[in-house]
Amino acid sequence: MTESLRTPLAKVRGLGSAKGGTQHFWLQRLTAIALIPLTVWFALSIASLASADQGAVQSWMQSPLSATLMISFLVAGFWHMKLGIQVVIEDYVHGEAAKITCLIANSLVSIFLGLAATLSVLKMLLGS
Amino acid sequence: MVEFNLPANSKVKGGTTHKAEGAGGNTRNFQVYRYDPDSGENPRLDTFEVDMDDCGPMVLDALIKIKNEIDPTVTFRRSCREGICGSCAMNIDGTNTLACTKDCADVKGDVKIYPLPHLEVIKDLVGDLTNFYAQYASIKPWLVADSPAPPDGERLQSEEERKLIDGLYECILCACCSTSCPSYWWNSDRYLGPAVLLQAYRWLIDSRDDSQGERLDALEDPFRLYKCHTIMNCTNTCPKGLNPAKAIAEIKTMMVQRQV
Repeated sequence: MTESLRTPLAKVRGLGSAKGGTQHFWLQRLTAIALIPLTVWFALSIASLASADQGAVQSWMQSPLSATLMISFLVAGFWHMKLGIQVVIEDYVHGEAAKITCLIANSLVSIFLGLAATLSVLKMLLGS
Repeated sequence: MVEFNLPANSKVKGGTTHKAEGAGGNTRNFQVYRYDPDSGENPRLDTFEVDMDDCGPMVLDALIKIKNEIDPTVTFRRSCREGICGSCAMNIDGTNTLACTKDCADVKGDVKIYPLPHLEVIKDLVGDLTNFYAQYASIKPWLVADSPAPPDGERLQSEEERKLIDGLYECILCACCSTSCPSYWWNSDRYLGPAVLLQAYRWLIDSRDDSQGERLDALEDPFRLYKCHTIMNCTNTCPKGLNPAKAIAEIKTMMVQRQV
């Protein structure tokens, strides 16, 4: 292919502004803020349950407060992960086909993991 | 993907050494990156011994002396030699800066001089800034106002409003910051980079401009603005002591402000 003769300004303007990006920026900060107390709570809870048997863990998880905090932690965590990995892909994967493939995989895997983790908590919460 | 394998003609080879004939004891070695894309040869690092008793204090003084007295083919941009034109921006001793304001005495050992990183090299220390200037043009670096100017004079602003562009208007567009930014290295086709975003902010907060919304609309983009991950290389390297990272953060704040 011969070198493009488009003007430098046309190349820079490209397809124009995507009119988006702030939502991503805001949600990444929001989930980050949420994860500070949630991660502390998660670490302390797991440490206090270190020597507990399965029954004790299950009854702990059956408290609505524990289950709510656990689901919040998991959703915020996987959401934050999805947003972060998306940025890494946009930064470093430059082939258009490879980039789209990676972005789709990132979204689907993140949703799958978040859903599986949430349903696991619900199973413990609602199971006998 | 990121290029882990270097393209052709990337390896910098050792070059020739030019001794300073008849110099006293006060000499310094300047290692200068040499590359001529038309030659088909790899870049090389030439060493020039310079008699510092017969040379000005700045790196640009030494480069001019080398070009005048040793090798006239050494190619670099320079103009004002006092840190206001931005022409002689290059990578000296591992940092992007202006050769005219960089004191040789501040460099330990041999003085290594490379072009600004990650630009197409036109020759030796001259990088291609076409894309950089086009990006600058794209943010409309001029007053955009529908309100007519007062018929009897210039558009006025208060002292407080004028103070808002302090730390911004001083930018000389030398490109040291943008070419120090990894995000700009990887995505300069879509990311505007710190220098241009600092300039964009300079017009965003100019009280005489009445197109803030349109300016923000044009920047509302995952790449143009949000490829800045605030690693602060720009602020570290700015030879004018400005803070592009802060200007970019202010733009992001404006973006959130108009949504919440």
